[in-house]
Amino acid sequence: MNTIPNRQVICETLLELAKDDRDIMVLASDSRGSAAMAPFANTYPEQFVEVGIAEQNIVGMSAGLAHSGKKPFVTSPACFLSMRSIEQVKVDVAYSHTNVKLIGISGGVSYGALGMSHHSVQDIAVARAIPGLAIVLPADRHETKKMTEALVNYEGGVYVRIGRNAVEDVYDSADYHFEIGKAVTLKQGSDLTIIATGETVRVALDAAELLAGEGVSCRVLNMHTIKPLDEAAIIAAARETGRIITVEEHSIYGGLGAAVAEVVTQNAPVPMKIIGIPDEPAIAGKTSEVFSHYGITGDNLKAVALELTKK
Amino acid sequence: MDITELKIKAAQIRMDLMTIIHRAKTGHTGGSLSNTDILTALYYEIMKVDPAQPKLADRDRFVASKGHSVESLWCILADKGFFPKEELETYSQFGTRLIGHPNNKVPGIEMNTGALGHGLPISVGMALAAKRDGRPYRVFCLMGDGEQAEGSNWEAAMAGAHYKLDNLTGIIDRNRLQISGSTEEVMGLEPLEDKWAAFGWNVVSIDGNDMEALVNVFREAPAAPGKPTLVMANTVKGKGVSFAENVPAWHHHVPSDEQLALAHSELTAYIGQLQQEGMVAEQ
Ligand SMILES: Cc1ncc(C[n+]2csc(CCOP(=O)(O)OP(=O)(O)O)c2C)c(N)n1
Repeated sequence: MNTIPNRQVICETLLELAKDDRDIMVLASDSRGSAAMAPFANTYPEQFVEVGIAEQNIVGMSAGLAHSGKKPFVTSPACFLSMRSIEQVKVDVAYSHTNVKLIGISGGVSYGALGMSHHSVQDIAVARAIPGLAIVLPADRHETKKMTEALVNYEGGVYVRIGRNAVEDVYDSADYHFEIGKAVTLKQGSDLTIIATGETVRVALDAAELLAGEGVSCRVLNMHTIKPLDEAAIIAAARETGRIITVEEHSIYGGLGAAVAEVVTQNAPVPMKIIGIPDEPAIAGKTSEVFSHYGITGDNLKAVALELTKK
Repeated sequence: MDITELKIKAAQIRMDLMTIIHRAKTGHTGGSLSNTDILTALYYEIMKVDPAQPKLADRDRFVASKGHSVESLWCILADKGFFPKEELETYSQFGTRLIGHPNNKVPGIEMNTGALGHGLPISVGMALAAKRDGRPYRVFCLMGDGEQAEGSNWEAAMAGAHYKLDNLTGIIDRNRLQISGSTEEVMGLEPLEDKWAAFGWNVVSIDGNDMEALVNVFREAPAAPGKPTLVMANTVKGKGVSFAENVPAWHHHVPSDEQLALAHSELTAYIGQLQQEGMVAEQ
């Protein structure tokens, strides 16, 4: 069982890369501990900026740094970074084409019983509506490492969302092809496709295994990039498997499911189910408790898939 | 309540909040302990609130802008009878309404807070409504000092002075620590009192763990006609629990079984001492 949270992987990868790249900068809003960025702050104090509890300022300052040739990584809780700072993200980052990487930490419902103010399940919807902003949700620690390396070389604004706790591995190692905007087929299948993003990819794989036991052949797509969206992979899945389920740690409004549905209905209409957090403040509890309450589990996905594939 | 009774009450609330954080294995210990005296003075001596009628039109309003320190508030609301005391056992558990931040599904909570920098703008709105409607209620807003880095506070500070809201009292829990360490190292605030004064507020600085000083400063209303008041409550983060005092990690550290026992014995000893002094004073 993996015990290294993705935020720690980002810090370790940036520590490596910053050795040879003095333009990489990390910014924190009284969040260096929660972002696991204290080692970076201690090792490269000249490449670290503390802005205090000020999420609008952290994005504005980063845009200024980026404008001056720096490669800022903003690390701040996903809930505040995606909503509190959204106007700065829209105007100072996306519209002004500044090279700012926004790392939303402790996203989804991973803040548990801290409630709706701390949950980040509208962030994909909000970020998707901003032209020019890429959105990435890595599935595990290996993908997080690959993604961080790719981000340093990606020119432009990116919003990344990761959770708080360590997640089970999806990949055996970081030895595979990762490209922003390109979905990864984790399992081939012909009866239906489950498309997942971030930490729910693991849940999709669990469901696919359970379905195999029932004789149902399930394709699994890891849609780590929500924008730019890999439309070709979605259209192929619709044409070749005829049914699609999406699963995400996000509101059922405006997230992965909505994005996939837009592509499916306009290109290759097939039956679809969208699994996520309903339109309510998520129930209090640990991630696993919240997930099972809302059916973000292998068992429930299996049941939904069997219903969908019933002839 | 007299001052000794209030001090005893605050110590009991501290014991209760350590207990619920220990049970839930989560919570914001340091900031809850630092503001327990402020909340005790407000809820047991100053504010006109009625657990039997939590929505009474002319009740005084309290807004916990530093919503993460909700544990002292849950314990006080339970003790006052806004909800059954047994419900404290559900704090932070699956499906609870006593989550880790104020939640206005619970009687006694006015507004949902938790994202910092929201409380003062809300409080300015409440105080402005009282003025426009000619109602006598007062509004109290508790902020953190680290929270002062959010610009929204200063927008609200301007508005509070502009609208001459002398029915509004802002309180800063000036414990000089936030998550990453000292406020002056993370994002310097000083001279903080001068800043509030420059924004047009009546600023009063006190020892925010001194019950008598708290009661005195909150009693006067309006303290300065035509001006909102800002109480700079100089406190100790982790106050009342020796090993948590002034230790940044106790921002959201959870007590072990031994630490809970130690905290309880320290607070029990303190209550015993207060009771002795109280008896001497009565003779
Ligand atoms: C908008 C926002 N940003 C960040 C946080 C995360 N956070 C919770 S408590 C805290 C530190 C608060 O420090 P301070 O205001 O000094 O409160 P205290 O020390 O009294 O607990 C932070 C950064 C938050 N709740 N809201």
